[in-house]
Amino acid sequence: MTRHRGRGIASINYPIGMNLGGDPSQALVHSNPSGKFTVSLSSIDLGQGMKSVTRQICAETLGVPVEDVYVDTADSDTGPHCMGSFASRGTHRVGNAVMAAAKEARGVMMEAAAEELEVNAADLETDGRGNIHVKGAPHRSISTKDVAIAAQFKQGKTISGRGIFLVPLSAVDPETGEMSPATCYAHACLVAEVEVDDETGEVAMVRMDSAYELGRALNPRLVEQQLVGGAWMGVSHTLFETTEPYYPDPSHGPRDFVEYLMPGPGDICPHDIAVLERPAADGPFGAKGPGEMCANPVMPAVANAIFNAVGVRVDELPITPEKVLRAIKGQGGARPQARR
Amino acid sequence: MLELRKDIFADERDDNLNEIGKGTQRQDMLGHVTGTSTYFNDHKLQGMLHLKVLRSPHAHARIRRVDTVEAERSPGVRRIIRGTDVPRNLNTLLSLINFGKDDEPALAVDKVRYKGEPVVAVVADSHREAFEAIAKIRVDYEPLPTVFDVEEALKPGAPVVNETYPKNTFTYHDIYDHQKLRFGDVERAFASADHVLEQRYQMSPIEHAPTETNGSIAAPDTNGRYVVYTSTQALFFSLDTCAKILDVPSNTFHFIGGTVGGGFGGKVDTLTEPLSILGAMLTGRPVRYIFGREEEMQFGPPRGAERIYLKDAMMRDGRIVARKVRAYFDSGAYTRLSSYAVVKCAAHLPGPYTIPNVYGDIYCVFTNRTPATAMRGFGVTAMDFAIECQMDKLAHLIAMDPMEFRILNAYRDGDMKAHRREAKNTALIECVQVAAEKSKWKLREEFKRMSSLKDGGGERALIPLAATSSPMPALARATAQQRTAYDRAPQPAAGPAPLQPAAPPAPSPPPAPAPQPASHGAVRFSSVFGRRR
Repeated sequence: MTRHRGRGIASINYPIGMNLGGDPSQALVHSNPSGKFTVSLSSIDLGQGMKSVTRQICAETLGVPVEDVYVDTADSDTGPHCMGSFASRGTHRVGNAVMAAAKEARGVMMEAAAEELEVNAADLETDGRGNIHVKGAPHRSISTKDVAIAAQFKQGKTISGRGIFLVPLSAVDPETGEMSPATCYAHACLVAEVEVDDETGEVAMVRMDSAYELGRALNPRLVEQQLVGGAWMGVSHTLFETTEPYYPDPSHGPRDFVEYLMPGPGDICPHDIAVLERPAADGPFGAKGPGEMCANPVMPAVANAIFNAVGVRVDELPITPEKVLRAIKGQGGARPQARR
Repeated sequence: MLELRKDIFADERDDNLNEIGKGTQRQDMLGHVTGTSTYFNDHKLQGMLHLKVLRSPHAHARIRRVDTVEAERSPGVRRIIRGTDVPRNLNTLLSLINFGKDDEPALAVDKVRYKGEPVVAVVADSHREAFEAIAKIRVDYEPLPTVFDVEEALKPGAPVVNETYPKNTFTYHDIYDHQKLRFGDVERAFASADHVLEQRYQMSPIEHAPTETNGSIAAPDTNGRYVVYTSTQALFFSLDTCAKILDVPSNTFHFIGGTVGGGFGGKVDTLTEPLSILGAMLTGRPVRYIFGREEEMQFGPPRGAERIYLKDAMMRDGRIVARKVRAYFDSGAYTRLSSYAVVKCAAHLPGPYTIPNVYGDIYCVFTNRTPATAMRGFGVTAMDFAIECQMDKLAHLIAMDPMEFRILNAYRDGDMKAHRREAKNTALIECVQVAAEKSKWKLREEFKRMSSLKDGGGERALIPLAATSSPMPALARATAQQRTAYDRAPQPAAGPAPLQPAAPPAPSPPPAPAPQPASHGAVRFSSVFGRRR
């Protein structure tokens, strides 16, 4: 028995938002009388961090601390329409809608502050800590709380905003496939190192190194969570998962997590990630979205690493020990390729 | 470990921001780690009933007779629901964006098309009583020939899976059984290339495996409305789908969700809401319908299988000069969302590379298996597997470093993509360079110096001349428009049956929907490409 190491790579891009556009999202932002803001959405947080990332976008745009913003979702009576949480569209589409709503609310907030400070609104700026002051004169300042109280009870202004973001729907040419599928793309390259046992056909992950270009990492910890988790979904797709192990024969379908194979804690390997930020022209603060794409490069990178390790190509997912072993035997033994 | 490479593209960004770019703790972290976040299934309502469905044991069969007499007398049973009880028992998800024909019943009526298709629903006081009643339902099936292989399904004489699409393929632009992509002349490139490589790739169906399975709880609310707690990934998409199937105005429903225990694309199909709401309408009680794990794994929609044939032409120096793709998406017995992924896949070709000749034929095929749906990377994941394995083989063929091979062929700013739009804001080369750096993979100096910002455009911005040897077939009827607007208020295609305006207050408990003629097969909401049939 010999264990052979190999490395493989894959590079990919991924479109942001629904193909062809036509997938709007809306947001409402309003302040309560003490200057705390609520973002009302009908968007869904699947665990990816929709609430958190829209909260940061709203706080940044308003110029208030993130603690002063709470995101409420998803209620069809209070939250305006959103197409849904899919197609890597949350950060880009919903983020833009929240940004637009927050801009409108900020406009009213600055007008109300200007009235209180008896200056022109264009001369004011926010300090991001809950205060609004005259540019170059920080002592001429008012808290967002006092602005909200004044707006509500004195000036009769509503510090609120509405936002929608829509990439207009485009058509597809039936003959050539000419179309405008997406306005921006995320990018990635991943290197996988594996160890293949030529007696059992088992593949163990040794390490992964990757680079992802995402426009802007609005919250690097949420990005890391997506990229690490997504890569493991990729490993799982590559080496373990299917509901039809003998596809297209539908028999022997797994019914629970005993029969449906996935990697466990012992299968995890180090993953070193670099994030690049080339802002998208129409992204909120340039952001694109890491959601879906992070599983994609892993599958081919691992397949290519297996070839590098033992010289076999398995072109059918998942790459089970059975398939690897049959391929090794079919070529009369492992044929390690040049070490990389 | 995550490293932010702020040094790259630094002049394209303003990094002087307060909240953006900070690793702020999630708003919902405390609730999640203390187990106090509210998911749909945390709503335990007084008098709540439980709905379960009888699923077909056959992959393809005619339903001769359904006998529910004994089940109706089973202890705890409140209501048996049949296809004829569903106001509009035929739908396709993307009818909301006017794409595709209604092809799937909520409960099977005359035929089952996959193993596990719901036939009868039982609403009972408890799960156990619902299951016991289901065991007493007698269905007389006449098994029909099945087809499970996408290429077999396309052959003449193959069993017809879904009568809405009698050729077992989704219809594009009213006339085609696939989506085309045409750019340049691949055949000429194959004839003059140094290397041609043709390969077949296959991905099997994959389960989303969310911790929280698909489910919903519907309850009669005041004033004739219904409140619905749901695990959906798309609140209004699900709400409007229910409004269509149950034939009521959309403001009849108050949908609440937003905190979901994993989705990955598997919670868009609105599988439980129509029946849980109908159960609440018919019983006047709260009704819960949640998938068990086996249902989630075998009868909840998976990531669909794909079969992909790739044929590439390459010159000795490593330049890819043509890529021809034929791909089959296995949609299972109904369309769901696979039709959409096919178009997205065509747009994705030939991957993030500049190739002057590209040809694609992408099919959405019906087979007798559980309908497929969206999953992370929908329309792209399997194609990326195929393309990137192919890239490795091509580099190996000419003994070129696979990273340098990708940099050489990478798309750059200003290049023309195969779907005829200019590439902008590209960064593939930089990703490869950084990944090489991180993994200590040696690149030659000239490849380290290459950039997405340089040497794109020019000749690479041109749309190449199309093949002239094979004239296009007669295509006068092909329509350019794929879909029109999101249609929140579906109109019945036949008969007056006007939609009510906003629901007027109704006495409590809300009445069951007024008896209507069963619409299965008769009233077809037709929304193909914005036209009615």
